[in-house]
Amino acid sequence: MADTLVAPADLAPDALSAEAPRKGKRLMTLNMGPQHPSTHGVLRIVLELDGETIVSAKPDLGYLHTGIEKEMEVKTWQQAVTLTDRCDYLANLSNNLAYALGVEKMLGLEVPAKAQVSRVMLCELTRINSHLVWLGTHALDMGAMSMFFYCMREREEVLKLFEMFSGQRMMTSYIRIGGLALDHPRGWDKKVKAFVDDFPSKIDQYESLLDNNPIWKQRTIGVGALDVERMIALGVSGPMIRAAGVPWDVRVDEPYSSYEKFGVRVPTEFTNNDVYDRYRVRMFELRESCRLAKAAMEAMPEGPFQADAPKIVLPDREKMKTQMESLIYHFKIVTEGFTVPAGEVYVPVESPRGEIAYYIVSDGGNKPYRVHMRTPSFGNLQALEALFDRKSIADSIATLGSMDFVLGDTDR
Amino acid sequence: MDNSHIAALGGLVLEASDTLNEATVHVAAEKIIEVLSLLKSRGFNRLSAVSGVDWHPREPRFELVYNLHALPLKGGKQERIRVKCRVSGAAPEIASAVPVWEGAGWYEREIFDLLGVTFTGHPDMRRLLMPEGWVGHPLRKDFPIHGHKYDYAENK
Repeated sequence: MADTLVAPADLAPDALSAEAPRKGKRLMTLNMGPQHPSTHGVLRIVLELDGETIVSAKPDLGYLHTGIEKEMEVKTWQQAVTLTDRCDYLANLSNNLAYALGVEKMLGLEVPAKAQVSRVMLCELTRINSHLVWLGTHALDMGAMSMFFYCMREREEVLKLFEMFSGQRMMTSYIRIGGLALDHPRGWDKKVKAFVDDFPSKIDQYESLLDNNPIWKQRTIGVGALDVERMIALGVSGPMIRAAGVPWDVRVDEPYSSYEKFGVRVPTEFTNNDVYDRYRVRMFELRESCRLAKAAMEAMPEGPFQADAPKIVLPDREKMKTQMESLIYHFKIVTEGFTVPAGEVYVPVESPRGEIAYYIVSDGGNKPYRVHMRTPSFGNLQALEALFDRKSIADSIATLGSMDFVLGDTDR
Repeated sequence: MDNSHIAALGGLVLEASDTLNEATVHVAAEKIIEVLSLLKSRGFNRLSAVSGVDWHPREPRFELVYNLHALPLKGGKQERIRVKCRVSGAAPEIASAVPVWEGAGWYEREIFDLLGVTFTGHPDMRRLLMPEGWVGHPLRKDFPIHGHKYDYAENK
């Protein structure tokens, strides 16, 4: 893993940074990842160390690059939905939604109220799922083993809910252009209610283990700070920027899918911009998401779960078998899909990690001409070099964990 | 759309539109840094993303799309604007936006990697996602979806 490197003897005093090493001082090059457990996926970072201090950190991406954007160009508009949840594998439904909202905007499609509120509920459950994985792995990095088991225990319940709705635990593809893939299963409300009623007590349990834990506090308070202006210039979004005192949340500022009805609260009291406050912000969001999911469940309207657009949405199975017109639409949608008017959109959505926005270009055909995913992990990870600069190597793991990135989301 | 931004840009704007309520301005590729700096000074403090589109075989072939976002630090009215410019396929080159927003760095590396547009003045113009020895730019429209046979430099 590690090998040593002797800095050139004639190294200029300011060649690396303000506190440059002395002539001939030994720097250590440490290769972190791509299979290092605390890099949360396959991220490789090349660290230059001066003793315990990180002199430079160069991230190396692309280990999970699967060409999703290229593949979307050969799928029909509706087929491409299945690729959106394969990039950020912890926020599948948020990605489904970002893509569906963009295409629906281009089509001028009105989605029924039931589908909109379901989307809110499912995206909030997604946030709980994602934050639980973050909390469990982040705490595990810092030595709190049991947190991981507790978080996975509750995450399993969320995944069971996803499976109940869509038939899939992770790659749900449940949010489709025009509404949802399937109607709600029988008894869904009881299952969701059982979870959202029980979950707040679990959050209390996590907090009782961490909030005043001296080891946790020593490793997180005052660690991983960066100037707010610089964070914005680097493209950081989501809980990281909220923990730096910028009350920006896309759900509040550019509401979509009926979020404006639910009064999303943004945490404003945690502004120290350190690892501990990023933890506090996400714990706040766990509670808030649980509240929103419950509110959405209770306010769930009756009615259709798909838009009334026979050229876009697949017809009811029964109608397809009995009505000529439905059969024709079904055949056309399945064989060639539908066309989207030429144009472009950029619709932001708040994912558990920050701002997702799909820049979608249509040339009027039945496939996307170009889809560029602006993913939150990509923007947040770009701040890594600045966050690591001149910091101790022991703090780097805490900082890395607090960024909550998903490499599938970064590399696409 | 807030027309004062268009007015401030004046003659730099080739075309402005507001389709689907998304403000878009087209500018000349040579003026891109001037336009981005001016918009930044007018409150667009965030570069949300830089995207590249290949319009092959049309010329100018590559379109670069800068999605800007005005994010007041203490809350307040937010705005978005899209700046677009075209570069030719023969010599795809444009000035880097890194001096204006540090965060442009990885987006530009990604476009360089996947579309083959070079950003002059970029501090670290290397491939970002594809392997270093990769030949070609996979997001170009004339690059086949199934790819060419794997061709890493070290295997030659």
